[in-house]
Amino acid sequence: MNNKLHLSDHLVLLAGVFFMVTPVLLTFITSTHDAITIYREGVQFLPGDQFLQNYETVLFRAGGFTKEVDGFVMLKNSLILGLGFAIGKIVISMLAAYAIVYFRFPFASLCFWVIFSTLLLPLEVRILPSYEIVQSLGMVNTYSGLIVPLIASATGTFFFRQFFLSVPDELLEAARIDGAGPWKFFKDILVPLSKTMIAAIFIIMFVYGWNQYLWPTLMTTDESLFTLVRGIKQIMQVWVGSQIPAFNEAMALAILAMLPPVIVVIVFQSWFVKGLVESDK
Amino acid sequence: MATITLDTVRKVYAGNVEAVKGVSIDIADGEFIVLVGPSGCGKSTLLRMVAGLEDITTGEVKIGDRLVNNVDPADRDIAMVFQNYALYPHMSVYNNLAYGLKNRGMAKDEIDRRVKEAAGILEIGNFLDRRPRQLSGGQRQRVAMGRAIVREPAAFLFDEPLSNLDAKLRVQMRVEIKRLQRSLGTTSVYVTHDQLEAMTLADRLVVLNGGVIEQIGSPISVYDKPASTFVASFIGSPAMNLLPVTVRDGGLALTNGSGLSGKNANGADSYTVGVRPEHFEVVETASADAAVTADVTVNVLEPVGAESFLYASFGEGGPEIVVRVSSHAQYQPGQKLVLQAMPEDVHFFDADTGKRID
Repeated sequence: MNNKLHLSDHLVLLAGVFFMVTPVLLTFITSTHDAITIYREGVQFLPGDQFLQNYETVLFRAGGFTKEVDGFVMLKNSLILGLGFAIGKIVISMLAAYAIVYFRFPFASLCFWVIFSTLLLPLEVRILPSYEIVQSLGMVNTYSGLIVPLIASATGTFFFRQFFLSVPDELLEAARIDGAGPWKFFKDILVPLSKTMIAAIFIIMFVYGWNQYLWPTLMTTDESLFTLVRGIKQIMQVWVGSQIPAFNEAMALAILAMLPPVIVVIVFQSWFVKGLVESDK
Repeated sequence: MATITLDTVRKVYAGNVEAVKGVSIDIADGEFIVLVGPSGCGKSTLLRMVAGLEDITTGEVKIGDRLVNNVDPADRDIAMVFQNYALYPHMSVYNNLAYGLKNRGMAKDEIDRRVKEAAGILEIGNFLDRRPRQLSGGQRQRVAMGRAIVREPAAFLFDEPLSNLDAKLRVQMRVEIKRLQRSLGTTSVYVTHDQLEAMTLADRLVVLNGGVIEQIGSPISVYDKPASTFVASFIGSPAMNLLPVTVRDGGLALTNGSGLSGKNANGADSYTVGVRPEHFEVVETASADAAVTADVTVNVLEPVGAESFLYASFGEGGPEIVVRVSSHAQYQPGQKLVLQAMPEDVHFFDADTGKRID
C-alpha cells in the first residue's frame, strides 16, 4: 500500500519533470545541429556535432542589421534590464510601503489603494501613454527609458506593506528611545529584517524583468540596446532572399537566455522559500 | 538620576475617549514607583507619556527640572523595558545593547566598557555574540534590562516586563529587578497588573482605576488602609471581603441576608464593611470586643499548602466570604461556624462612593 503510493507519487513527479524538461532538452539538442539539418528534418532528438560552433557564433559574431551586436552585448543588456528592474522595484516599493505603514499623512490608505489598484492596469494596457511619456522625455533608446517606467510595483509595495505591518510596534518604539530617526530605523532595523523578503521579491522580479519582451521592443530601436529575448526573435526574422533562418542559432540563444534566471533561482532558492514561509522577527 | 513630576496629566484619544483623567504624581529621586491597576486603567498610557511615545493632551511631565512634554523619547534620558522585550532580532546581544549608544555618537571603547559592565551585572557575558532568538525568555529579559542599563539613564520605565515569563522565572526576575534598582539607585516607574508584583517591588504604589488615581502610598499602608473599595478588592489575594451592611437597632446587619452583627462605628445608615480573609477568626462564641461577628455555613475548603482558604456563606442567597485558616484545620461543607473580626481589622467604606471612612 505504502509502496504503491510511493510509486504513484513518483510517476506524477516524473510526468511533471518530463513535460517541463523535454522541450528544454530538445531545444538544447537541436541547437547542436546545423541550420540545414534542422530546416530539412525538424527538431532533433540526438546531439549533433555543431555545439561549439553554434554557441561561438551566437556569443561572439556580431549580427543584426548593423552588424554591431553579438550575444555578449545582448546578455549584458538583459542583465542590466533584469537587475535594474528588480533592484528598482525593491527600492521603490520598500520606500512606498515604509511611507504608508509608518508615517501618518493625509489619505495614506487612499494612496495605498490607488497603488494597489494599478495591479488592474498591467503594462500592456497603458503602453501607449507610457510610451508617449518616455518618448517626450527623450528616454527612448536609453537604459533608463527601458527600466524606470517599469519599476513602480503594486505587488512589491503590497508585500512589503504586509510585512511591515507584522513587525511589532515595540521595535519602532525601542528604536525611537535608542535615538534612531526615521532613516536610521529603516536602514538599521527594517531593511535587515526584510532580508528574506527582499531575496524572494528579487528572484521573482529579476526573472520577470529578464523575460520582458513587449516594452524593450517598443523602447529600443537601437540594436546595441537589444536584449537576449529580443535577439532570439531577431535571428528568426532573417528570412530574406534564399537564406535559411538560423534555427540552430536561435535555439542556442534561447538556451543562453534561460541560464541566468535558472542560476538566480538556484542560488537564491533557499532564501526564496524562507522568505515565503518564515519571518525573522 | 532625577525626579519625575506629573502634573494633572490627561490623555484624550480620538473619539473623545479619556484614558488618563488628570493624574499628578511626584516621584522622588531613586524611588521605585509601581503603577498598578486592571487592564484599561490607563497605567500603560501614563508610562508611555513619560517615555514620550504618546502625546500628552494636557498637563505637564517633568524629568528633573526639565519640562519634557515636547521632547523626543531619545532626548528624555530615559530607558524603557518592554513587555515583549522588543530586542532587535537581527542584531547580536552586544549590538542590541550598543545600538542606542552608537546612535548617540559615543566613543567605541566607552560603548565597549559599558556593554561589558552591564553584561557582567546581568550575567549575560557569555551570550554577547548570540541572536535574541537563540536565548531563553529569562535571558532575553536580561538583555532587555541590559539595554536599559547601558544608557545610564535618569529613569527606568518598565512596561509589564515580567508578564511573558513563566511563574518561577517571574519570581526570580522580580527579586533581581528589585536588587538591581536598589544597587543602581535609578528612579524607576514600573507598570503591572499583578498586585503581588506591585506589592513586592514598590517603594510606593500608585493604584489606578479608570484613568484616575485611587490611592498612592507604600505597599503596606495601601494594604492596611485601602482608600476605597476598589483598592481594597484589588490589593491582596484573596481579595478583601466586602459586605454591604445597614444600621438596624443601633447595630450592623447585612443588607440582604442575616447572620452578621456588629457595632455601628459611625453615623451613617449604610456602609460597605471590609474584612481581609486573614482577619476573620473562627471562634466558639464571639468575644464582646469583636467589631463584627458572623454566623456562616462552610461551602468549600481550599488547601494551598501553607494555608487553606475557607469559603463560607451567610445562609441561602447570602454573600460568600473567604477566610484564611491554618492548613491543618478541618472543616466539612455544611458545617456551621462563628467568625469574628477585631475593630482594628474592620474597614468601613461609604456605601455610595466606596471611599474609606475612618
